[in-house]
Parts: sequence; structure tokens; C-alpha cells
Amino acid sequence: MNDGLTTIEKTVLRDYKYGFVTNIEADEATRGLNKDIIRFISAKKGEPEWMLEWRLKAYRHWLKMEEPKWANIHYDPINYQDIIYYSAPKQKVAPKSLDEIDPELRRTFEKLGISLEEQKRLTGVAVDAVIDSVSIATTFKEQLAELGIIFCSMSEAIREHPELVKKYLGSVVPVTDNYFSALNSAVFSDGSFCYIPEGVRCPMELSTYFRINAENTGQFERTLIVAEKGSYVSYLEGCTAPMRDENQLHAAVVELVALDHAEIKYSTVQNWYPGDKDGVGGIYNFVTKRGICLGEHSKISWTQVETGSAITWKYPSVILKGDHSVGEFYSVAVTNNRQQADTGTKMMHLGKNTRSRIVSKGISAGYSNNSYRGLVQVNKNATNARNFSQCDSLLLGDKCGAHTFPYIEVKNKSAIVEHEATTSKIGEEQLFYCNQRGIDTETAVALIINGFAKEVMNQLPMEFAVEAQKLLAISLEGSVG
Amino acid sequence: MLKISNLHARIEEKQILKGINLDIKPGEVHAIMGPNGSGKSTLASVLAGREHFEVTEGSVTFDGKDLLELAPEERAGEGLFLAFQYPVEIPGLTTTNFIKTAVNEVRKYRGQEPLDAVGFLKLMKEKMSLMEMPQSLLSRSLNEGFSGGEKKRNEIFQMAMLEPKLAILDETDSGLDIDAIRIVANGVNRYRNENNAVLVITHYQRLLDYIVPDYVHVLYNGRIVKSGTRELALELEEKGYDFIKNEVAV
Repeated sequence: MNDGLTTIEKTVLRDYKYGFVTNIEADEATRGLNKDIIRFISAKKGEPEWMLEWRLKAYRHWLKMEEPKWANIHYDPINYQDIIYYSAPKQKVAPKSLDEIDPELRRTFEKLGISLEEQKRLTGVAVDAVIDSVSIATTFKEQLAELGIIFCSMSEAIREHPELVKKYLGSVVPVTDNYFSALNSAVFSDGSFCYIPEGVRCPMELSTYFRINAENTGQFERTLIVAEKGSYVSYLEGCTAPMRDENQLHAAVVELVALDHAEIKYSTVQNWYPGDKDGVGGIYNFVTKRGICLGEHSKISWTQVETGSAITWKYPSVILKGDHSVGEFYSVAVTNNRQQADTGTKMMHLGKNTRSRIVSKGISAGYSNNSYRGLVQVNKNATNARNFSQCDSLLLGDKCGAHTFPYIEVKNKSAIVEHEATTSKIGEEQLFYCNQRGIDTETAVALIINGFAKEVMNQLPMEFAVEAQKLLAISLEGSVG
Repeated sequence: MLKISNLHARIEEKQILKGINLDIKPGEVHAIMGPNGSGKSTLASVLAGREHFEVTEGSVTFDGKDLLELAPEERAGEGLFLAFQYPVEIPGLTTTNFIKTAVNEVRKYRGQEPLDAVGFLKLMKEKMSLMEMPQSLLSRSLNEGFSGGEKKRNEIFQMAMLEPKLAILDETDSGLDIDAIRIVANGVNRYRNENNAVLVITHYQRLLDYIVPDYVHVLYNGRIVKSGTRELALELEEKGYDFIKNEVAV
């Protein structure tokens, strides 16, 4: 069986099928970070003065901050002066319609399975495609606009809808929140903006597809979703990057705002390049995601399937401010080879009768390390708050690690907080049983992990569930000898 | 169909099978009986291809093919089925989904087209009534929270779905009450025909009241020490395994 492993391991590497590089001329900033770079980015985007000020303020804060060290991850220090903070594919003229997009870029997204041609697109999904630092296309904009829904790149939102951006940007994740969010606030280059007006149920899935292409660059996107009273939106993001020997930094910030009776469902399928089997290369994924249930009876639900990145550091959280609001976090995090993940959530109960639910499934293989870190906080005034947390870990092999760090802070006696955790191993008995029924080991592992992750996978929009299931299986191929 | 010649096998340094000879032809039911530790379950494991058992001598051919050269899933594809003594649980994976995957993997091995949802459902409905398998078990996670009897019934149902040439029942009766034994045995009897064969491994005679064997072999200390017809099983029950031990000692 041991010789089998090496051949399978080769397939694993080959199986990161998004590892290609698109040869396209890029318009780049010089390496490093200083005030001039920030002015350069802001100017490139044609931003108003207030936005530049906002960025510079963030930059000044960042200079005074220190990189967090508390996570259960290990990496060599990042040289922030060695990163290119802005890289945009050169397009001769700004495309006015989807037909004018550079064919090379169009082909890049076709290769990734994302068609930018609306007629070919899965019905019911609108896409914003972001490559390196800029958004290159957004589909179905007109159709959505008829309902009053705004779905566009963040750069466009800053120019076209400044009042909304001013009101909500940084309102959930303040500039000073943490080291990576401060960095993002200073240098973010693009991302998606969604605004769902009162009472509107968004008729299609909104999605953003993030692609890192250029070398030595970091991607710093910023996403903001605002759901007005009684509205509903389901949003999905996907991410991939080329295979490179160097580590690339991805530090995004996502903010969600749900008003009275509004619901936001945010799903992520994260498949950044994880590095090779020895841990060379791969994306450092340091992301801050937070939503606020501002209004009563509002609901925010995070679902994430994390299979990529050399390092994942992210804690999609919900501030339950409105009375009767609901926060949910469903996560599957897979680590293989030398990958490290420290991920989880924070549920902050401020309002009365608020409820939260956490379901985390960690799968570790190879020499990887997978940690769940979660905080459930019930404040003084949060009468009758309820939380249920379930954290399960599945181990493949005996050289990987699974860790659970649950933190619970309760300041109101009426709260009920429950936490359950399990750790299990894919046993040889399970595999042999499947083999005996004619199922080979690779397929057996896929069946077992998909069974393990089912509760979370069921939360994904239908269009992506099948894709995500395959991704889970591919990420773990070769992990059982 | 199955020809075992001078089979020796060990686990780590411990020699367990010490020269087994057995010939099973289509349409036959063979029973292997023996005291605990005689090597009964090891024989089943070696035939199914479980890791950790090392064949040190001898050969096994299955329909003319060298069985020991094949991976466990290939043996299944060739039509060898093992009903486990302790079926495993797989949380989150429905029994139906598991069986569908198994059926289609075996079909793939045999160069057949996979069954679509409709075809599979039809096959399942047919076998469900034949095997008295309740729908409620099929929609639950594989063996999770099943009673002992339900697990064994699920094994026999899978056998019916996969239609193997040779079914090995490894102590399928252990831990079952008499009603459960009868249901399981009925399932096995309905599956039998002139083209397939059954190898029943059991400690007790009682299962053989329901699945009537053509031949009975007594396994003791890694060898088949006595073979006979059904009467041998009855004699064993009456006299106990000591009678064999004494006979071998002489």
C-alpha cells in the first residue's frame, strides 16, 4: 500500500486543476507599501477624496499595529514591503459591455468553469469576476437593477453610490478592528457590493469569483452586502489561484448588514492554491468576515467550504444586535499535506431572544493541522439567548492534528449555551467494508467524508453543492494509503 | 467455482491457517464450523482480502482466476461477497446511497453501464420485498443506530442487490434471536440458485436448521479436520467440540 501512496500523491498535485497562469499584461504598482502607493491605488480607481482619507487613516493605524500571534498556525514572517499591492490586467479600453472583455481573460474564466456570457450562464446566478485587484465583469446587472438591486464592483459603488458606501463601509468591521482588516482598509482594490432594497427577494444567486493571477501580488478585496428591511439575498464566492512556489497574501474583508426581517445567506467555496505536498507555496488566507443583524428578526447565515490555502485564518462572525435575530455558521474545513487552518466563528448576542447555531466539521489529513476556534458571547441585556455548537473532527492518518478551542462568555443568566464536540478517525474497517462491496479506497474516502460533512453541504445553494462535494474528495485524494 | 489448496496464512508472527483445502461448486452450500480461535473468521478475511493477513503458502482460485492477486474491490467485482460479522457504521451516508455506489462500482468492474435512478429504484423495490427489508432502514445512515438484527438483515439485503457468485456469511447468526435468524436465513435461501454458492461460517448448528448445507467442515487449529454432510453438524451439537479435539489428538 505504501508504494500506492506516492502515485496517488502525484495525482493530488496534478489535481489542483486551477494552477495555470494567464499570460496577460498587467498594470502594476511598484512593490511595497507607503502613502504614495495608497494614493496611486485610489487614483487608479478614480476615487473621491473622502475615500482616500479613509484609506490613509487605516494605513496610519496599521503602522501602529502588530500582526496577531494567537492563532494555532506557524509561518515565516511576511515582508509587507515585498508585496505588489495593485495589479490589474491591462485592457485597452474599459469594456462597456460583456462582449468587449479581453478574450484572454474571458478564456481564463471559461477554464475555471465560469462563463461570463449571460446566455450560457447557469440560470439564476449572477457573477462578478475579480482578477487580481480589479473586477472585470458583472453579469445580469440590468435585470437586477429593474428590481432596484445594486450588484456591482466595489470601485463602481464608491463612484456611483457614495452615500451607501459611506454609511456602511467599515460599520461592521471597523478600520481598527485587527491587523489584516486595517491593511485591507488601506489598500483594498476591488470586491463586490450588493444592495437589496426593502421587501425585495433577490431572484438569483449573486456570486463573486476571485482569481489571483499575477506574481508577487496580494489580493485585498472588500465585499459589502446590505439587505434592507424584509429583503433576502443568497450570495456565493469562489476562489482559485495559480500554483507558485512563493506564498501569496490574501487579506479580504467582508461586511454584511441585515435590517429588520432581512436575511443574508453567504456561502464560500474557498479553493486557493494550497501549496505543494511539502508545504512550498500556497496562499496565506487572512480574512475578516463579519455580519451584523442590525434589525429585529433578521438572520445571517455563513456557510463555508474551505479546502485550499496554505494557511487559513478566518472567523466569519455575527453580531446579533436586533431582538429575535438569528446567526448561523456552517463550516467544512479540509486540510491535507502541510496545510494549516485556524477557523471558526464568533456569535455575539446583544439583543433579546437571539439565537445562534454553529456546525463545524474539520477534516485533517497528511501532516496538516486543523483548528476550530469559536467564541459565543452573551451580553448582559441579551435575555433568553440560545446557542448550540457542534464541532466534529475527522482524522485521516496519524500525522495530522485536530484542535478545538471553544470560548464561551455568558453575562446573562437566562442564556442557554450548548457545545458538543467529537473526534473520529476514518477506520481501516470502514474502508475495508467499502472495498468488499466493490468500492475502491478513493471513492470510499469520498463517501465517508461527504457523509461527515453532509449537514454543512446541505446548506450550500443547489448549483454549487455537487461541485463542492467533488472538491472535498479531490482535496483528500491520496491521503489514505 | 472456489478452489482453496493448502492455504496457509498468518497475522504478524502468528500462523493461523495451516493448510486449508476446500472445493466449492456452483449450487452448493458449505458450512464451516469450529471452536473459537480455530481460524474460521481468518479464512473469511483472507478470502475477502483484508489487510494484515499474510498468505504464506497455498493458492485460491475463483472461477479460474488467482483470487489472492486481486484487490478486495476486484474480488467483489468478480462476485465474491462477505457478510460481515460486525458491519461498520458510516454516519451521514445513507444506506441507499452506499448500496447504489456499490452496485454501480461492481457494474463498472464488469463493463456494464451504471444503473440510473429509475433502474436502481426498480431493482431495490424488487429485492426489498424479496428480503423483507423495510424502507425506513434504507433512508438512514449506513448501520448507524441499527440493532444487531437490522445490521445483519442489511448485509443480506446488500448481498441480494449485488447478486454475487459466492456469498460468505461470517457468523451471521451471532447475537441474533430466533426471529431474526429466520428472516436472514429466508433471505439467503431466496438468493440461492444453481449458479451461485454459499459458504456459511458459524459456531452453532442452529443457523443450519434454516440454511441447510450440502457439506459441513470442521475447522480446528487452522485445518479442516473432518468433513461430512449435515449429520456432522448435528453430531457436533450433540457431542460438543471436545469430541473433535479428542479425535484429532488420537
